[in-house]
Amino acid sequence: MRWTAEQVLALAPDAASRRAGSGLGLPGPWSETGGSGTGAVWGLCRGSDGRPYRTVVDSTGPAYRCSCPSRRAPCKHALGLLLLWAGGAGAVPDAEAPGWAEEWLAGRSSPARRREERAAHGGPSTSAADTTAADTTAGDTTAGDAGAARRRAERRAARITAGARELEQRLADLLRGGLASAAQSGYGPWEETAARMVDAQAPGLAARVRELGALAGSGQGWPARLLEESALVHLLDRAWLEIDRLPEPLAAVVRTRVGLTATAGGPAVRDDWLVLAQYDSADAKLTTRRIWLRGRETGRTALLLSYGAAGRAPGLALPPGLVIDAEIVPYGGAGRLRAELRERFGTPVPVKAPPPGGSTEEALAAYGRALRDDPWLDAWPVTLEDVVPVPSDDGWQLADARGPSALPVAPAAGFRSGLWRLLAVSGGGPVTVFGECGHRGFAPLAAWSGDSPETVALTSTALS
Amino acid sequence: MSRTTPTTTWDDLVTSAMLGTDRRTPPDGAPAPGSQAPLALLDAAAVHTVRRRAGLRPSTARPRPDPAPRDDRRELPGPARRRLAALLADRVAPAGSAGRRGAAPDLTELLPQWLAAAEAHGYRAPASALPALLDAARARTDLRPLALRFAGPRGIWLAGHNAEWRFALRGTAAGTALPAPGDGPAVRRLWEEGLFAERVALLGSVRAHDPGAAVALLSETWRTERAEDRLMFLDSLRTGLSDADEPFLEQALSDRSRNVRATAAELLSALPGSALAGRMAARAAECVGLDRMAKVAAIAVEAPYACDAGMERDGVAPAPPSGRGERSWWLGRLVEAAPLAVWPERLGGRTPEEIVALPAADGWGDELHAAWCRAAVRQRDPHWARALLGVSSQPTARGPGASSLAERASLLGTLPAGERAEWVAGFVSAHGLSEAFQLLGVCPVPWAEPLGRAVVDALDIARDAGSHPWSFSGVMGLAERCLDPGEASRLELLTATPDEPEGASPGAGGYWSEAFRRLVSTLRLRAAMQAELSA
Repeated sequence: MRWTAEQVLALAPDAASRRAGSGLGLPGPWSETGGSGTGAVWGLCRGSDGRPYRTVVDSTGPAYRCSCPSRRAPCKHALGLLLLWAGGAGAVPDAEAPGWAEEWLAGRSSPARRREERAAHGGPSTSAADTTAADTTAGDTTAGDAGAARRRAERRAARITAGARELEQRLADLLRGGLASAAQSGYGPWEETAARMVDAQAPGLAARVRELGALAGSGQGWPARLLEESALVHLLDRAWLEIDRLPEPLAAVVRTRVGLTATAGGPAVRDDWLVLAQYDSADAKLTTRRIWLRGRETGRTALLLSYGAAGRAPGLALPPGLVIDAEIVPYGGAGRLRAELRERFGTPVPVKAPPPGGSTEEALAAYGRALRDDPWLDAWPVTLEDVVPVPSDDGWQLADARGPSALPVAPAAGFRSGLWRLLAVSGGGPVTVFGECGHRGFAPLAAWSGDSPETVALTSTALS
Repeated sequence: MSRTTPTTTWDDLVTSAMLGTDRRTPPDGAPAPGSQAPLALLDAAAVHTVRRRAGLRPSTARPRPDPAPRDDRRELPGPARRRLAALLADRVAPAGSAGRRGAAPDLTELLPQWLAAAEAHGYRAPASALPALLDAARARTDLRPLALRFAGPRGIWLAGHNAEWRFALRGTAAGTALPAPGDGPAVRRLWEEGLFAERVALLGSVRAHDPGAAVALLSETWRTERAEDRLMFLDSLRTGLSDADEPFLEQALSDRSRNVRATAAELLSALPGSALAGRMAARAAECVGLDRMAKVAAIAVEAPYACDAGMERDGVAPAPPSGRGERSWWLGRLVEAAPLAVWPERLGGRTPEEIVALPAADGWGDELHAAWCRAAVRQRDPHWARALLGVSSQPTARGPGASSLAERASLLGTLPAGERAEWVAGFVSAHGLSEAFQLLGVCPVPWAEPLGRAVVDALDIARDAGSHPWSFSGVMGLAERCLDPGEASRLELLTATPDEPEGASPGAGGYWSEAFRRLVSTLRLRAAMQAELSA
């Protein structure tokens, strides 16, 4: 199944690559192009000095290999090749892979190789196998390692506890002196507290503290927002300090909220996963990519996270609108949606129909239910069916097509241009919209109109 | 947290938090010890916050937007839709490296062509592409008419919701909200009540449908229109101008506004059968004749000595622009407005070619030729245009009648498309490309075969001569957009980097081959675009 140009362009790590890649999406510079029919594409691209680069893409990964010196993944040649392939069979005919491409592709398709790759990334499934294999000879060391790991974990927990106590003290001081006076002292004290939480190895707490600092004096209604968020930090502190008394699912939530890394450990779920949305958010150090999936059989929604160090694109990319047959492994913790993508089967196919959805009322009810398992949750993924976007200078709404109710569109949804695309697709009529629904409003991420089954991404920058 | 009662309101908590518990005890009833008060307040606030979030209810919907009008045009085929997305996506990419353009096609330059082709095929714009399309139209005024027509009723509907796209509602969207030109009552209502831009668009559409009806509409309200509006309305009569417009135009010659009078006179002079043209012919004939004293045939000129009231009423401005003598200025006005048919008769039965070749006494030749050029363009007279243009391949770059490239470009506009391309092909073969840019611009796209061949050969010659490639970037860009895509394979030979000839600009060879590669890949892309749209 060939992708669309939008889907290909959505893979570009940055605007410059997108531009360079779309320039190479033409037959001109390419020779000896071919595709396997199962998602592999290859070709030679003439470089600026006349020497050809060898480019191979496994679109089921997607994974890329190119002999060019670029460190971007995918590089402009891989993007150009995929665009060419997206254009149709004329430019990239089905063929036998040449030796240089076959070698890399074969390496990728062997299950052994995939296990190795996963082991290199520290996946838990293989470490169990290693333990059994090494049982007799290295039993002592393994036990010793486990003991060391436990001691490390205990030391870290103790530091977090100290951090949480300190933060409680800080919050008590804040409330004693009043939010008004805190707003006057500026961002400095918050940044200092956040740094203390980083020292305490509690990145989750640190991030929340930084957010508090940004809220103080942040426009109309800020005292209420600051009190809300301060109260939730306090709630998290208390929960951590008394984590032994919490039921395990909630304790798992608290651990991840504080900043302890969870591992994907649940039973694997195989399904046809519809890629609903993919979007990036970046700060100075890290680009975080979020990919929302929905299983056709299980009806389950899952979130894949992928990270890229400053300025580099995250490794995982799944174009919205495709359906992939794959196995995912959920992370621990009640109500948590995060999962890890594991084995994939076959080639992706385009989605045939939008996911089923509900009313605005049902969307808020779903968020409310999710709060029972995780009171720190800001938003919950939902699909709205038959809603009409209502534009306005005072904030947009998504209104039920039949009924008086509406959800405010989250003002902070950083995809202003996506809203206009949503309105264009609706033409004033009902559409299906997937997004994140929470206390700040509804952030639309993808839409489907009655006219076609095409998934209209509201987040991609390719057409912003 | 158990001490908190639901009766404590959120506002009470926020007030206490704002002031600080040292100043205000949380109003939850149970007096907490001083050190515990802040934490008790946070406990209560946490309960409130989670309860409020868990109990969120939808708000009341505001009035929903009116649905967009239907668009019954055909849906774009998949590959064409993806191509459009790529063309529009390229626009938002940062326009990085000015200067060297690389070997990749410049997609932004192909958007107008794509839009024109999509319109010709009768396709509807995909809804999801409308915002990008409107943004493109906003950034580039040259794209607007095309982009807005393609965006269609849904695009205009969308633009109505976003102040940044307000431009789309300003009349340029011909035909979108206008009544059918034949629908008398609706036309009359809009004409009487519409905004200026709507009325201009309406007049244009009525004029295209029934020229006489447009004049009738205009006559009714003519006296009450403002001067600048009258000028704009009068201007729209250029389309479909005919002798039937003469009574209205003749009456506009007495208008209060000088600009309106001048425009009316100009329009009348484009009608060789009009009374004004006749008056001008008589005046011009008084000034220009055969020189009876000369031994060889020549033209004698006696420029007018005054601009009388009659001339002024017929649109001759009495005061010349600064730097021009008033007598030669008046002469120019008379000759450009006189019907060209008057000259063979006046100058001894000679053909236009013979007339253009005649010498003129006292250095009046340039003035006369320039006026004839304007007359030929205004009266759309190909015979005179041919005479004034001369043979394009003649060795001197100067033509017999037309001297400037701008004059030639306008004269070419009066010739049939094929002849135009042939003339420019001859010019390029004889004089190269350095002066051809403006002339190439008036040739129909794609360039006819002889013209395309002439341009490619001239580029090849320029490269072999070691010329600076960047001085040809204008023509190169034009060739990318205008050459027939079928030329691509012939051009493939030129993309190799050649050995640099002696005296060539350093590095020119690389630039040339890069430019040719871009040319080839652009032509291939255009061929692909056409194929996708015809699918």
